[in-house]
Amino acid sequence: MRAATSTRPADAAVGADGTAVDTHCPYCALQCGMTLSPAGRASVRVRPRDPSAGGLCQKGWTAAALLGSPARLTTPLVRDGGTLRPASWDEALGLVARRIKEIAAERGPDAVAVFGGGGLTNEKAYLLGKFARVALGTSQVDYNGRFCMSSAAAAAHRAFGLDRGLPFPLADLEGADAVLLAGANPAETMPPFLSHLRRAMDAGGLIVVDPRRTPTAERAALHLAPAPGTDLALALGILHAAVADGRLDQAYVAGRTTGFEEAWRVAAAWWPERVERVTGVAAADQRRAAAILAEAASAYVLTARGTEQHATGVDTVGAWINLALALGLPGRLGSGWGCLTGQGNGQGGREHGQKADQLPGYRRIDDPAARAHVARVWGVEPSALPGPGRSAFELLDALGTAGGPSALLVFGSNPVVSAPHSARVADRLAALDLLVVADIVLSETARAADVVLPITQWAEEDGTLTNLEGRVLLRRRALAPPPGVRTDLEVLHDLAVRLGQPPERFPTDPETVFTELRAASEGGPADYSGVTLDRLRAGERLHWPVPRTPGHQGTPRLFLDRFAHPDGRARFAAVDHKGPAEPPDEEFPLYAITGRVLQHYQSGAQTRRVEELRAAVPEVYVEVHPDTAHRAGLRHGAAAAVVGRRGRVLATVRCVPSMRPDVVFLPFHFPGAQRANLVTNPALDPVSRMPEFKVCAVRLSPAGEREAQ
Amino acid sequence: MKTRVVIAGYGMAGARLAEEIRRRDPAGERVAIVAIGDEPHPPYNRVLLSNVLAGAMSAESVRLQEEGWAVAHGVEVWRGREVVSIDRDGRRVTLDDGTLIGYDVLVLATGARAWVPPVEGLIGDDGELAPGVTTFRTLDDCAAIAAGARGGVRVAVLGGGLLGLEAARGLAARGNEVTVVHPRGHLMERQLDDGAGQVLAQVLRGLGVRVLLNSRAARYLPGDGLKLDDGRLVEADLVVVAAGVRPQTAQAWAAGLDVEGGVLVDDDLRTSDPWIHAIGDCARHPGTVPGLVQPAWEQAAALAALLTGTRSPYRGTKVVTRLKASGVDLAALGDVHAAPDDPRAEVLWLSEPARGRYAKLVVRDERVAGAIALGVPDAAAAITQFYDRGLPVPPDRLALLLGRAMPYGEGAAPGGGNAAGLPGASVVCRCNAVSKDELVAAWRSGARDLTALASATRATTGCGTCTDTVCGIARWLAQSEKAEAAGTAHAQS
Repeated sequence: MRAATSTRPADAAVGADGTAVDTHCPYCALQCGMTLSPAGRASVRVRPRDPSAGGLCQKGWTAAALLGSPARLTTPLVRDGGTLRPASWDEALGLVARRIKEIAAERGPDAVAVFGGGGLTNEKAYLLGKFARVALGTSQVDYNGRFCMSSAAAAAHRAFGLDRGLPFPLADLEGADAVLLAGANPAETMPPFLSHLRRAMDAGGLIVVDPRRTPTAERAALHLAPAPGTDLALALGILHAAVADGRLDQAYVAGRTTGFEEAWRVAAAWWPERVERVTGVAAADQRRAAAILAEAASAYVLTARGTEQHATGVDTVGAWINLALALGLPGRLGSGWGCLTGQGNGQGGREHGQKADQLPGYRRIDDPAARAHVARVWGVEPSALPGPGRSAFELLDALGTAGGPSALLVFGSNPVVSAPHSARVADRLAALDLLVVADIVLSETARAADVVLPITQWAEEDGTLTNLEGRVLLRRRALAPPPGVRTDLEVLHDLAVRLGQPPERFPTDPETVFTELRAASEGGPADYSGVTLDRLRAGERLHWPVPRTPGHQGTPRLFLDRFAHPDGRARFAAVDHKGPAEPPDEEFPLYAITGRVLQHYQSGAQTRRVEELRAAVPEVYVEVHPDTAHRAGLRHGAAAAVVGRRGRVLATVRCVPSMRPDVVFLPFHFPGAQRANLVTNPALDPVSRMPEFKVCAVRLSPAGEREAQ
Repeated sequence: MKTRVVIAGYGMAGARLAEEIRRRDPAGERVAIVAIGDEPHPPYNRVLLSNVLAGAMSAESVRLQEEGWAVAHGVEVWRGREVVSIDRDGRRVTLDDGTLIGYDVLVLATGARAWVPPVEGLIGDDGELAPGVTTFRTLDDCAAIAAGARGGVRVAVLGGGLLGLEAARGLAARGNEVTVVHPRGHLMERQLDDGAGQVLAQVLRGLGVRVLLNSRAARYLPGDGLKLDDGRLVEADLVVVAAGVRPQTAQAWAAGLDVEGGVLVDDDLRTSDPWIHAIGDCARHPGTVPGLVQPAWEQAAALAALLTGTRSPYRGTKVVTRLKASGVDLAALGDVHAAPDDPRAEVLWLSEPARGRYAKLVVRDERVAGAIALGVPDAAAAITQFYDRGLPVPPDRLALLLGRAMPYGEGAAPGGGNAAGLPGASVVCRCNAVSKDELVAAWRSGARDLTALASATRATTGCGTCTDTVCGIARWLAQSEKAEAAGTAHAQS
């Protein structure tokens, strides 16, 4: 049963004493509105603010439990003789600044690297990028969003000239008669989202593409279960079926797009029967999917990590966009293509400069005009800004090597658990001369650090986040942080000053930082210059771009008149199916796929410390078809080893009859020997540098047996 | 030095080979390509011709390569030309216009041609097909059929194999009166057993196609139709010949290459001459059967790898036959003829002629050895995956045969109608992991409506899609309480 009963809504009513604060959930990109009623740190009450727009899931309801958690860090830690001991802020920051200076003096500015996160507020992400480029002068900055949104972002850029997760308001989905979800499991990853799909579900128009019969797939009228790594072929097959059955929107294709001919040449070679052999999805079901989407008055195609986290992720998303374009969906009221962002600020996090190739406002770091603009806002010479650096996995992979960084600062991420081939990542971190981790708890990555800096969390800070529909939201402070804890902005300020920067260049007040961010983003694709905190406080719903033009109401719907390419047209992509980077073979005959469970979030650093959530799903398990388990000598509840080329995961067997017999599923929220990412494949997409989290080859055996070498 | 590769034949195999070579050698640094195609059109996808025939696709949309592909990729293409002889010693070929082209490597991708059975009158005195007769193999054939089949004319299709049935279905869909004349006792006898063939005939009849089995055409009478050998007349304005194909091997034979129903090749697609390879329908590799595109494309990839310096032997292709005809879902693979009493195989079959369904599964050594799936599309998809990948089949064979081998709805939150029968531990609100038992407990503690239940348990406060179920449970509890109270009152009275 639940321990945190004090967070139930019945109690919330009791605690409503005028001190309630409206903010948003700390977890996913849906950023559900919630009201916090603090009555002392140990008993913060949570209730959903706008149940009509979706309420809260179990993670949201229990989010406050972490505020008073005994696991909370309240003092800096410094490694001393192999163990972490408490230290003063002065000692910890002094040590970090001194070591950074030494390392940079010896090996150059690129010897110091920064790793950020998609959960950081816009202000933190912005200041972190500025800190890297200006205070450290390093090109080596990237973030965990590379593992999240990068493939969808690159594909959207290629197709539309601009990337915003949903280029329309979330609420538009409520009018949809048909929705195809490719590689999305919102029933677990963002449960309140489903409230927007009721009409589609009732109309028999929900199509779910997922190798696994997820709780989302169970609600679908049509569940297409392709073999892992074959989504691109499936998208080509549905496109082929749409064209062959006369469902191509010829007027739209002629009037608003380019490149259909080249894309069709590829899709023409993927008739549904051929696709069936590659994917295992019946040709008849491909035709039905095309029919459902084409016949609906209002239809959407939405993608998420299951289809994006592949070494062919950009092309795969491109194939889904092709389908949407062929049916005439994007850039029209009541239909479209979109991507379901993962992390809380996955959208804003990729716009404001913590990405290796970008500057604030979603500008390219190799664009001279963008460099000039941002350098002017920052008060530096454009030539002083470094160029593009390594992408996330390449950065982690290079740590401690001859040509790679020897110091790393981590903010808002736990790559020891969340990065692919995580044993390799842990080795690389161990090879560093300096690892600094800022976090709220002693995460698995923090445990490996030389210096750990305790920082504030969601309910203790002000800031903005940008949700999955590109809308800027206010995060508000509901209670004071515990003594000894500082904000990320304060940490960056203190470090920058110790590194010789003028103090005013790194403000600690979030609103001041936001004002600077607005100026830095002005004129860029993600233009925030017209967003003010006063407008947000007044309840305005502002979707970027919001230029400074007086009276500009933001842009809830992009592309209605034209797409963002110079010719105003969307571009088909001539993409072809290649298949997974590591297909199964005799030694490793099964596909392993990874994903999330409802009760946990990302690396689990937060949710595993909430007792109610931990009790619900305490450890990793491996979902497997009963026949496959039986053949491996395993039964439900047995301890199994999931063994791949890069490592092995120890997990409890869950027999699930709806699994494909050739697939096992691992949730990725767990540490140590339970890390799903011990087996995942760091093969990277050539464009987005997204690792292939979603498919690798494994075998299954009883955990006790010695593995053949 | 560059290898000069001459490809004789620029259809699905030859064009694919050019593409596969350029994928590996984009700038043409290692391989120069000269391709010779006998058709006037740019290469097109023959698999899609039934769509063209049915009017669903244009000739333009079945092209394999976009305009200018060959020029952009440095591929020299001779269109409307044919290789007539091969000089193996001089390593050069002669075209039908007398042109001589030298090669380092010659690839035969000459394909196959429609076979016209020896029926009197089909071929005129000039050696060409008689007026009103056409084969079904090329884009030009499609155009001829489409032109001749206007206005709902009567069509006789000679041959009840894969291609004949696809043509018949396409023409029937266009409103023609179609009769299939087939010499054997059941349709597609190479790929189907008798039972499946009979059900298929019934399905086609339901779609408006007349099917005559055990029927041989004896004579073509222009304007009347086909006279059968039993004296019957099949009235037809147009005859479509789909009686099979023959590989194009004349030049290979004349050049002294080993030919046995096709040019014999090894795992490097090499013929008996080390400088000559063959792929596609003109080639015979022991690991596959001809007539389908997948082996041709896999052979093209393997040969392109070899010619660009990375040997990647071709080991054969498991063939799955799919009938592409709208309203008919048919897959057949492997050994379909095993009898139910075969001692070395497990054979399951199920026939439901009334709904046009027939399913057969042949299992040997725990693997799929053969299958037929007519009218059970998801079974076809699942069985094919087991067959292609050599995976052991599920112990529950019947579930696989019936399709939806996966049980559906396990653990799904049920609707509001059956609240009483719902197990107590089942999760009603997934967003907040609230079970029926917890809702019942909350109700008993005084939470008597939706709002109160939501407050007490958080059920319905996530996505809200369980609201109906929660209301159903509340109704059921209220009713059972009322019934209990009534029962008690009754007992007291």
